[in-house]
Amino acid sequence: MSKPRMFLLVPIDANTVIAGAREVKNRFSLEIGKRGLAGEAKVIETGSFGPADAGVVVAVQPDGVVYGRLAPDDVPRIVEEHLVKGRPYVERILPGEKPPPPPESEDARHTQLHGRVVLDNCGRIDPDSIEEYIANDGYFALGQALTAMTPAQVIEEVKASGLRGRGGAGFPTGLKWSFCAPVKAREKYVICNADEGEPGTFKDRLIMEGDPHKVLEGMAICAYAIGATRGYVYIRGEYAISIERMQRAIDAARAKGLLGRNIFGRGFNFDIEIRKGAGAYVCGEETALIESMEGKRGLPRLKPPFPAQSGFRGMPTNVNNVETLANVPAIIRRGAAWFKSLGTAGTPGTKVYTILGHINRPGLIEVPAGVTLREIIEEYGGGMQSGSFHMAQLGGTAGDILGREMLDVPLDYDALQKVGHSLGSGAILIMNESVNVRDFLHACLKFFHHESCGRCGPCRNGLHVLRDITGRLKDGKAYKDDPGLMQEVALALKSSAFCPLGQSPAAPIMSAWRYFKDDILSGVDSNAARPRMARSLRADLSAAI
Amino acid sequence: MKNLDELRKIRDEVRKGLELRSGTHRAKIVVGMGTCGIAAGARDTMKALMDALEKAGVSDVAVTATGCAGFCEREPLVDVEITGQAPVRYGKVDVAAASRIVKEHVLGGKKVESLVFG
Repeated sequence: MSKPRMFLLVPIDANTVIAGAREVKNRFSLEIGKRGLAGEAKVIETGSFGPADAGVVVAVQPDGVVYGRLAPDDVPRIVEEHLVKGRPYVERILPGEKPPPPPESEDARHTQLHGRVVLDNCGRIDPDSIEEYIANDGYFALGQALTAMTPAQVIEEVKASGLRGRGGAGFPTGLKWSFCAPVKAREKYVICNADEGEPGTFKDRLIMEGDPHKVLEGMAICAYAIGATRGYVYIRGEYAISIERMQRAIDAARAKGLLGRNIFGRGFNFDIEIRKGAGAYVCGEETALIESMEGKRGLPRLKPPFPAQSGFRGMPTNVNNVETLANVPAIIRRGAAWFKSLGTAGTPGTKVYTILGHINRPGLIEVPAGVTLREIIEEYGGGMQSGSFHMAQLGGTAGDILGREMLDVPLDYDALQKVGHSLGSGAILIMNESVNVRDFLHACLKFFHHESCGRCGPCRNGLHVLRDITGRLKDGKAYKDDPGLMQEVALALKSSAFCPLGQSPAAPIMSAWRYFKDDILSGVDSNAARPRMARSLRADLSAAI
Repeated sequence: MKNLDELRKIRDEVRKGLELRSGTHRAKIVVGMGTCGIAAGARDTMKALMDALEKAGVSDVAVTATGCAGFCEREPLVDVEITGQAPVRYGKVDVAAASRIVKEHVLGGKKVESLVFG
């Protein structure tokens, strides 16, 4: 029997499944069988390679055609026209999209897919096939680390690469590892933080759904470097497909002896388990995550001691984000110097973003660190869908709101810090003039108020106050002193809240004030008088602050 | 996993099957599969082409179909497009001709003059 000559790559992720990807995929198999093409055309499940908000997507290779917004009833036409007669069914072609070629190939050199580090396999390989991951140099970094490097050398390499935590804070990864490595303990742990809770951010989900082995390999390398023997992936419970695929990946790696005992014959033992989160925003904070893993309520811990000294079960623990760990295999395989050649001096490498909002091509992208917001909108997002750029929120609800002035600032940790902003978790929400900044702020504050864990007073009470103020601003019924009070409370939270949940509402509030002061002030009703009760509340608050 | 060689073996074996899927190919064979082509036996021609490639262990040649080119009488038509060279069209390609084309042109690099459409 000959090899298939056509491949239909069907990205199956949480978004496409809702749009009916499984039904479309099954229909393809059925129609291909009916046509007697079963040996010639093969349908393969992959992860996402980019497009979001495009319904069910199918890429046909080697023709390089991408279809979008497919319904099962489109399938007979495509099989008839494209697979049998060789002419693409133009009506369903997704404009501007190409299936991913190998990132370092000649074909990729002139596309945005060139230089992908984290997503190089996403949308190309079957995430459930460990063989396909290995065929793309998978687990070679682990092999190289175990057979040719000492743990200290691995840490040095990661340090030299300049990799910074991709969960949002941007802390140098190699440095984090070096805190945990020298601590002596009976057992140490590596935790992969896959509790991606920042609204609008779903890059970690798509990484796990598209290339789960890369995350496992990164964890194993980290474990070797710091001397850990057990790993946990803390995935939020809503990520059903991520959990299934990661579990199958763990099983496959165990079966091949890439997890377990005496890996690569070097006496290194390491195994990984999945822990499901119950969907609390605060559990993305690493100490709250650890509490949750121990079966307790997800509340952040007092630091120090940091997890590197006393983390999960009181043992030294290293927690890294999914994307951070997914960068590690390439750094070990190709070297720190190569990694530094990508991105900027302060933020080497690439950054994975989910881009959303009023743009033509929302979706998942991986770009060199340091590209600007304007480049992302024009080149990767296909331009504004309607209207013109009004504002963007960088990094999910806890991120800064940027105005037009910031369109040309390079998106890296240092350049943004210089202008008083931060990069955040990897969501970029782009908005045109139809969005009112007061409505938007209130939506953000409703979220924070809902997610506050209640442990500390500033966050528990302050978010209540902020939600009410932004609500009044939204309705155009705010008191004269509300805008000032809003900033006062936000800044008080920033300096006194126990963890980043309470500290971060200051980001959207203060940045919105910076760019959209007049819009916010237009929510004030000069005739509105603050009721007596609320006035005394304010006095209490001021006293408390 | 005992050592890197074991990993290398899996990689090299699986890699062969993945080349076409990523859209990279050094040559493309296009078979006329209109009603006329199929009536003239293009299905068998297609199968023969794929079998010949499989037998030779080649994995970076794409085989695709196209519609009627307007020369129904000379079907099955087969175009061979080797990247960087002008495409060559063959006419009346039966099973035997198909395996010759693969052997001599696609793999050997020399076109089969006696079969060229002209």
